[in-house]
Amino acid sequence: MDDATIQAGGALLRFLTCGSVDDGKSTLIGRLLYETRVVLDDQLAALERASRRHGTTGEDIDLALLVDGLEAEREQGITIDVAYRYFATPRRRFIVADTPGHEQYTRNMATGASTSDLAVLLVDARKGILAQTRRHAFIVHLLGIRHVVLAVNKIDLVDFDAAHFAAIAADFAVFARDLRFTDVTAVPLSARYGDNVTVSSERTPWYSGPTLLGHLEDVRVEDPAERPFRMPVQWVNRPNADFRGLSGTVAGGTVRPGDAVVVAASGQTTRIGRVVTADGDLDAAGAGAAVTLTFTEEIDASRGDVIAAADARPEVTDQFAAHLVWMSDVALFPGRPYLLKAGTRTVTATVTEIKHRVDVDSLNHLAAKELHLNEIGFCNLSLAAPIAFDPYEANRETGAFILIDRLTNATLGAGMIAFGLRRATNIHWQALDVTKRARAALKGQKPAVLWFTGLSGSGKSTIANIVERKLLAEGRHTYVLDGDNVRHGLNRDLGFTEADRIENIRRVAETAKLFVEAGLIVLVSFISPFRAERRMARDLVEDGEFLEIFVDTPIAECRRRDPKGLYAKADQGRIKNFTGIDSPYEAPENPELRLDTTTGTAEELAETIIRSLHARGIVG
Amino acid sequence: MTVDRSSHLKRLEDESIHIMREVAAEFRKPVMLYSIGKDSSVMLHLALKAFHPGKPPFPLLHVDTKWKFREMIRFRDETARRLGLELIVHTNPDGLARNINPFEHGSSYYTHVMKTEALKQALTQHGFDAAFGGARRDEEASRAKERVFSFRTASHGWDPKNQRPELWHLYNTRVAPGESIRVFPLSNWTELDVWEYILAENIPIVPLYFAAPRPVVERDGMLLMVDDDRLPLHPGESAQERLVRFRTLGCYPLTAATESAAATLAEIVRELMGARRSERAGRLIDHDEAASMERKKREGYF
Repeated sequence: MDDATIQAGGALLRFLTCGSVDDGKSTLIGRLLYETRVVLDDQLAALERASRRHGTTGEDIDLALLVDGLEAEREQGITIDVAYRYFATPRRRFIVADTPGHEQYTRNMATGASTSDLAVLLVDARKGILAQTRRHAFIVHLLGIRHVVLAVNKIDLVDFDAAHFAAIAADFAVFARDLRFTDVTAVPLSARYGDNVTVSSERTPWYSGPTLLGHLEDVRVEDPAERPFRMPVQWVNRPNADFRGLSGTVAGGTVRPGDAVVVAASGQTTRIGRVVTADGDLDAAGAGAAVTLTFTEEIDASRGDVIAAADARPEVTDQFAAHLVWMSDVALFPGRPYLLKAGTRTVTATVTEIKHRVDVDSLNHLAAKELHLNEIGFCNLSLAAPIAFDPYEANRETGAFILIDRLTNATLGAGMIAFGLRRATNIHWQALDVTKRARAALKGQKPAVLWFTGLSGSGKSTIANIVERKLLAEGRHTYVLDGDNVRHGLNRDLGFTEADRIENIRRVAETAKLFVEAGLIVLVSFISPFRAERRMARDLVEDGEFLEIFVDTPIAECRRRDPKGLYAKADQGRIKNFTGIDSPYEAPENPELRLDTTTGTAEELAETIIRSLHARGIVG
Repeated sequence: MTVDRSSHLKRLEDESIHIMREVAAEFRKPVMLYSIGKDSSVMLHLALKAFHPGKPPFPLLHVDTKWKFREMIRFRDETARRLGLELIVHTNPDGLARNINPFEHGSSYYTHVMKTEALKQALTQHGFDAAFGGARRDEEASRAKERVFSFRTASHGWDPKNQRPELWHLYNTRVAPGESIRVFPLSNWTELDVWEYILAENIPIVPLYFAAPRPVVERDGMLLMVDDDRLPLHPGESAQERLVRFRTLGCYPLTAATESAAATLAEIVRELMGARRSERAGRLIDHDEAASMERKKREGYF
């Protein structure tokens, strides 16, 4: 290989290999490295030594050992983590992500896929398409890969049978119909013996397609459509008073001096002055280029902002829907706060709702209340502050995010944004001089929401009423929002449909928040049967301001009390969707307080609450 | 010979710069491990580019075992002076007092004390929460699975089975007090990429990489350079002038020279394209035992 030829192959292809255990991924990559002369003499000698010790191929060199890096893997004979390999042909350079097939390590596959343009899916010719193959194809699709090679390996073990190969390829085509791959190329091969890997095999005369390597060298993966300019700001470069530039990597489109750009979140516009690099100013910089931008008029922007084409702005929102791949042993729970990193911005976020979980074997949508390791869900997320984004389908760099545990700092999941749920572009907060803290201090208390939840007739209003009376006697400033009472005024226009019920609770929660801003202790008495809604209310106020009080009365006792005669009506079918009868009540899992009304009187339970407020420093 | 800067080298450069800017922006106190070799030279060059027209906002740290080639030390001091960068040099004072050396204590123990332990001391002493290293994934099997941002516990340990998933270019940079992250901006570079880039960018490197007549002894098939009078000669051994160069640089008693006439960068790249031995073949410490790198990394080696 001479100097000129390797440079002509300048383009880089990043691809991943995936498949089930024992499909021969490592052997295939070993074969590619071996035949493209990446494996050198001393490595080959080490390989021969290792083959004798750990190999599974008898007297032959076990090429899989070239890529099975870690000691633990050699002992177990499986690949347990994603590994990156590098090889080149005169026409192209390659970075391979070797990703494991073991079910519990699926997260590594998503990792490898996230930076790849093409996927090689391996199947064992004897076994055909397995559940794992489907799972991997779906993840590959989800991570935005549009080019797929179906490598039907171990074709030697089915006697190079054309019909066998055709059946597997057809099987896959049926499954992949909904995955919107741009191209799927099926290749019959033997990684162990080299058939159709780099050289066309004489043992498959019926196959006229390219070899695996031939296809990898030829396939075009460039995005045909020119996308609008995006650059998340990484770093403000200000070495002295004379220079201020914003450094970052172009995440889409092209930027040129004179271009009109906007700071996505603030809407501030300006024009590009210079595109600065250490090698001199550029006339244009495209996707992937690391540059430093200056502007004709200074703008207020820093790390976390996205600079974008002024005429094609990204969406800015604090709520969006996204696919989530869960990668942690600790399950995802809606309402739990996580850190979300998108581009160069990190904000607090919660999953407000899991719309569905995807069964990756059937692609069916299933109901889910939580997501476990290696599960994929379609979720609504709510962020503490708006971010700028593009749908993942439009831009993999500006449409992706990771979720991080706030305590352990572990990376828990990876997300791909589908669409925004509301626009926050032009909603700005009016800054106020008198703060919540100042208003509360004047009243000698900390503001809080005491959210009473429980069945109809459980005693919520009765207890809330006593608590307020006691607080008033202590000289506290309070207000009670009662579920029934607000329906006479603020929520008079709402009925009892699903949408109205959610709107009803949203208004009550927002009103509670306003009273908290005013420095009050707000007592909300509301059946609020669904966790998601109580979570929504909790998320509106600050940590420590929301006390969920579960008034826990068995339904038999509520029915016996039936102070408003509602159970009687419901039993007669005169009230539909009555909580506890034909509509569920989701009991709180971790309420701040749980009151058992069968063992204490309303007066005693109210006193429990007062003591808790003192203990929490809400009242001094 | 020219190198096409518009292709893969540019992509690798952009990716490395992106990584360095993330570290500078997100960590409290980063440092760049500077080992004086070719990879360090490339990494430093990339850092200069990443923050241009400013300077890299972190110091350089060299862990000096006191057994480096003299030319390396000269080059190190000259580089720091030329670029006006802060250079921290650390040697394990305990190892120095006990005169730990590769001959009497064996390369494995020596490396542990003078490199691994010394590195951990320096990182702890200065409270660095991120440390750049020039390691590449193509170097060695256990490196192939290393993250770009590789988490280390408060005791600097690495757990290969419990690595953070790393997707897109979204790096999780969060650490608790005492914990740190090793960052490898050259993860996706190959040895050939490094040399082509040095050639294209005309990056200064230690002259030991270029072929010259040097005094060497041949031992177990390895050519060891007699860099000073501390190398104990075996009976019957004597230094002889050979035309050699180094593909990799470390401690001189542990780094083998190769016979070569490649005296220019272009000649080195050409030689490399036809090479049949890996660069780490010249590293004596890697042959100590199978999976030796993985074990060293778990203990805190870079």
